[in-house]
Amino acid sequence: MRVLVIEDDKDVAAYLVNGLKESDNVVDHSPDGKEGLLLAASETYDVMIIDRMLPSMDGLSIIKTIRATGNHTPVLILSALGDVDDRVEGLRGGGDDYLTKPFSYTELLARLEALVRRGSNAGSEQVTHLSVSDLEMDLLARTVKRGKEKIDLQPREFRLLEYLMKHAGQVVTRTMLLEQVWDYHFDPQTNVIDVHISRLRSKIDKDFPKQLLQTVRGAGYILSEDS
Amino acid sequence: MYMVLFATSVFILMGFIYWATAGYMSSQTDETIEAEIIGLAEQYQRQGLNGLISVIRERVARDPNSKAIYLFTARDFIKLAGNIDKWPEEGDVQEGWLNFTLNEELGWITDKPTPARARVFIVPGGLRLLVGRDVSEFMAVKQLVERAINFGMAITFGLAMIGGIMMSRSTAKRVELINQTSQKIMTGNLSLRIPDRGTNDDFDQLARNLNEMLDRIVQLMEGVKHVSDNIAHDLRTPLTRLRNQLENTLRTVESESDREQVAIAVNEADQLLATFNALLRIAKLEIGGRVAHFESFNLSELVKDAAELYEALAEDKQQKFAMLIEDNLEITGDRDLLFQTLSNLIDNAIKYTPEGGNIELSLTAAKQHTYLIVADSGIGIPEDELNKVFERFYRVAKSRSLPGNGLGLSLVQAVIELHQGKIKLTSNEPGLRVEVEFPQHAKVSEQNA
Repeated sequence: MRVLVIEDDKDVAAYLVNGLKESDNVVDHSPDGKEGLLLAASETYDVMIIDRMLPSMDGLSIIKTIRATGNHTPVLILSALGDVDDRVEGLRGGGDDYLTKPFSYTELLARLEALVRRGSNAGSEQVTHLSVSDLEMDLLARTVKRGKEKIDLQPREFRLLEYLMKHAGQVVTRTMLLEQVWDYHFDPQTNVIDVHISRLRSKIDKDFPKQLLQTVRGAGYILSEDS
Repeated sequence: MYMVLFATSVFILMGFIYWATAGYMSSQTDETIEAEIIGLAEQYQRQGLNGLISVIRERVARDPNSKAIYLFTARDFIKLAGNIDKWPEEGDVQEGWLNFTLNEELGWITDKPTPARARVFIVPGGLRLLVGRDVSEFMAVKQLVERAINFGMAITFGLAMIGGIMMSRSTAKRVELINQTSQKIMTGNLSLRIPDRGTNDDFDQLARNLNEMLDRIVQLMEGVKHVSDNIAHDLRTPLTRLRNQLENTLRTVESESDREQVAIAVNEADQLLATFNALLRIAKLEIGGRVAHFESFNLSELVKDAAELYEALAEDKQQKFAMLIEDNLEITGDRDLLFQTLSNLIDNAIKYTPEGGNIELSLTAAKQHTYLIVADSGIGIPEDELNKVFERFYRVAKSRSLPGNGLGLSLVQAVIELHQGKIKLTSNEPGLRVEVEFPQHAKVSEQNA
């Protein structure tokens, strides 16, 4: 991925840039709002990470400006303000995702990959069929099959699996699942998601030799062919 | 009250005018009569009976059209001199004042009976002298004054009534305006101000004072917000660095046991940050002003979503999860915050209820209110601690061993208060019963459901 990071905090920026470079991404970094905007407008990126509080120009203004020029590169807003208000404001202001500091690198990477995937899918035709290994999902008939066996899923389980399959091979975090599958942004006091994952797992993986749905320690889950 | 005071003062004023004009005129008449009697008495003393008679005759003759009345009679009321013929019937034979009516019977040349006033004076020897005045003019003036006063009073009262109503209406309107505006402000719209009419009256002064107070409150709140934002920015950033440094270390550490240690440290840092975030969040909620982000949505669906999310957790603990959710209840509020609240409440219920227990969830509407109840059969909260659990960091003694930061219910309370709701904890015997009451309720129309 080609990533632009606009962040004034040196340590956070270094942490981001090093991490992203380590995972084989091309990274440009700017510590200043106006300079960052110039980069965003002149270069082509797969995804941008923009801090909200920046010297010379705030993050939301940068996003509004680039959106006004017809640039639809996915943007992840980074903020220390971390309140639902700010989140709503950020997302309405043209951001595609919102992450509050402190964040774990895995959470950030998972979200970036989801954004890039979404961005590249945006233009393509409506997907009606998903498959990972021998697990198949028909989005029109709303049926799921593993090999030749039909699997019955509750509506929510179906949505959960659909999201996991759309992001097959990527780590998805618990917060991402709550936001995308349940459509609520909140902090659960217990890992209530784990219960739903283990139920789903018992339906799609239990009786099969190959386990597709894996737990990634300290991060979330991954649905993948190669385990 | 003011009306009565006003009426009394107008009455007194008018009474004074009447007394001053009519009273003055009648005393003038009386004084003239007195003076004449004194004059005639002197004549009598100086010139005797005949002198008096001739003086009277002379006076009568001198001005036949005069308003003055004279009658001098002998002991048996036989006329000796004067310009009326007979002693008036109303006449008292004693000395003193006398009011009577002049008519043709008395020999007074007049178109109609006229009122008169006179004084009787007994001359030694049983003779009677009556000196009087035709007071018809005085009476006419008196009537005029009376009429003017009556009309004046009627007009004054009429105007006062209209003015009073208009004034109290405009006063009520302005008070109402101040009330309405302050109510809107109390619900969180702090940018509103009470309009100033620019007339510089007491109400404008009041409005300006209130507005200045509001400005000051906003200033203070901005200050608090600033401080908390700065804490968020200044303290969370280094904490982020610390946490990220640890996470970096986690990726480079070789040995499995070291990795375990670092993972624990990362987790601890996350806990610390979560507590810190929760605290900041509560502080922000308590400042209010978030209502601008409120939107109307289906609360029933939200409760169902939360129930569905947590039902699985309860099932894992073999708890019976019962729910009664009335369909299509709408609320205006913050969706994510209410979900967070519900999640905290259900999570607590499941956490503090042993395996095999009962969890009950209900959402109902009655009397323009919406009631949300989360009840469990768990360990509950001792009576004397029921109100303390809303305090920040407060944890019930017997639950200290369970995970939690003591901020969950503080956040719940802050969110509910933001929605103008009330929260009440009671014993479910056994367990805890949480009752939340929202002062709004509206059915979503079936089409939108």
